[in-house]
Amino acid sequence: MRNIWIIATREFRQYFISPVAYAVAAMIFLVLGVIFYSNLGASILNQYAPDGQAVLAPLATLLLFGVPAITMRLIADESRSGTIELLLTAPVRDAELVIGKWLGGMSFSLVILAGTWIFPIILNAITSPGIDQGPLVSSYLGMLLMIMAMVAIGVMASAFFSNPIASYFTTLGILLLLWVISLPVQAASGTASTVLSYLDFSGHFYNNAYAGVIDTRDIVYYVSLTALALFAGTRVVEARRWQ
Amino acid sequence: MIEVTDLTKWYGPRKAIDGLSFNASKGEVVGFLGPNGAGKTTTMRILTAFMPPSQGTARVAGYDVVEQSLEVRRRIGYLPETVPLYPEMTVQEYLDFMAALRRVPQAEQRVDAVIERMHLEDRSESYIGRLSKGLRQRVGLAQALLNQPEVLILDEPTIGLDPAQVVEVRELIREIGRDHTVLLSTHILSEAQQICQRVLIINKGRIVAEDTPERLQSRLAGAERIAVRVAGEASGAEAILRKVRGVTSVAARGPGQFEVETASGTEARPAIARALVKNDLDVLELHTQGISLEDIFLELTRSESGTES
Repeated sequence: MRNIWIIATREFRQYFISPVAYAVAAMIFLVLGVIFYSNLGASILNQYAPDGQAVLAPLATLLLFGVPAITMRLIADESRSGTIELLLTAPVRDAELVIGKWLGGMSFSLVILAGTWIFPIILNAITSPGIDQGPLVSSYLGMLLMIMAMVAIGVMASAFFSNPIASYFTTLGILLLLWVISLPVQAASGTASTVLSYLDFSGHFYNNAYAGVIDTRDIVYYVSLTALALFAGTRVVEARRWQ
Repeated sequence: MIEVTDLTKWYGPRKAIDGLSFNASKGEVVGFLGPNGAGKTTTMRILTAFMPPSQGTARVAGYDVVEQSLEVRRRIGYLPETVPLYPEMTVQEYLDFMAALRRVPQAEQRVDAVIERMHLEDRSESYIGRLSKGLRQRVGLAQALLNQPEVLILDEPTIGLDPAQVVEVRELIREIGRDHTVLLSTHILSEAQQICQRVLIINKGRIVAEDTPERLQSRLAGAERIAVRVAGEASGAEAILRKVRGVTSVAARGPGQFEVETASGTEARPAIARALVKNDLDVLELHTQGISLEDIFLELTRSESGTES
């Protein structure tokens, strides 16, 4: 257990000296800032109260592209530089390594998420009586769940390759697949459509948490996905030993 | 401390090690000597529980590397050939991290101790990415020593060091070897001769010879070697030398230069001298040649089947 903490804290600290991490954070805040500004401007112009969650929908999309960039180096870099040989010959279980990396990636992503809190704070200050707190809190919780699963998938993909770029596109590919997986539902029917719409990654967020509803089915979805990805990641690390 | 039985490892269709068996007891410094690609690194990776063997068993410090992998890893110190380090960490940060990961008791003192031992005090705050190869090697060694391992496995530990550092490291290994087991690999023959109490010559995944450096030399110098040099053309010299009693083989080494092998124990030099002079050849050089570890190494690793004499 302690090993997990040791690995996670090292990764967390490494992010703050990593140019990619700063680039991703900058991209997210820059784009959100522009969107926030234009939303605010529109609401002032047209005399309506600004939506407290206006930044969250674009944030989800930005994280879709940003999280894989944050996670891509987690294990791929170790494989590439050969330090994986040190980690795998240390008295650390493969699962501890994967979970530690996941926590490290999560912690940095949550720092970014926490940073976006500034927008609702601003909105709350300039509107009266303030923005609707309920949906806001549930949205952030939903976002946290999404990040949890995204990072887990990212760690799994990072374990698979020695090249971070390959890890990036694999993670993005899986996430995009889950994002659009319910699109064929229009054409399908019956069990197929139920299954596909359940698998919809963004659906679990937008349909409920975003709207202010915390549904246990969504929690189960994201937690299961996280557990599955971490399990697969551990197996991949184990399998790479056999090569 | 190390018991390897019938170890075999396939990388796809390629057999990297083939039925390797050897032992190393506590306090022994054992050397793996072999050309590149012989299987040294693969064997070490199996012993450090980095990868499992395809067949066979290996036990380190009394634990099986596959079944009790975690126990093995707690008791070893390992320096891989590539000396992998984190360039964006400082020496101090890196050693602190590895000490924590290896559950080193009294980590702070241990880290200070290894830094002192490897003379890294004035570079402990430097970023590893900025260090020279020799310094990085020392950091890697420091890491391997952190948990005072029962078994120390070093893959080419003196590569990249300057002569002064090489001497230091060899002395260090000798010192550690007194109460820890050390397995090191090298392709520097003199190094194996100097530090190892036992040498295993490995080629194409098999052990082709195993013994102390001295005994290897005497065992394989079953023949006497005599260097002969005659002046001038010496066209008939080879034939003449072959006819001398006791001579088992003659090899030409250059114009007028010959290497003569005789059965062990025979003193053939007077007969050779007489034979050459009788045939009007001028003898310029005539002396015995010891067989060096290098000759043994080249001899054993050159042959296809790789079996020792």
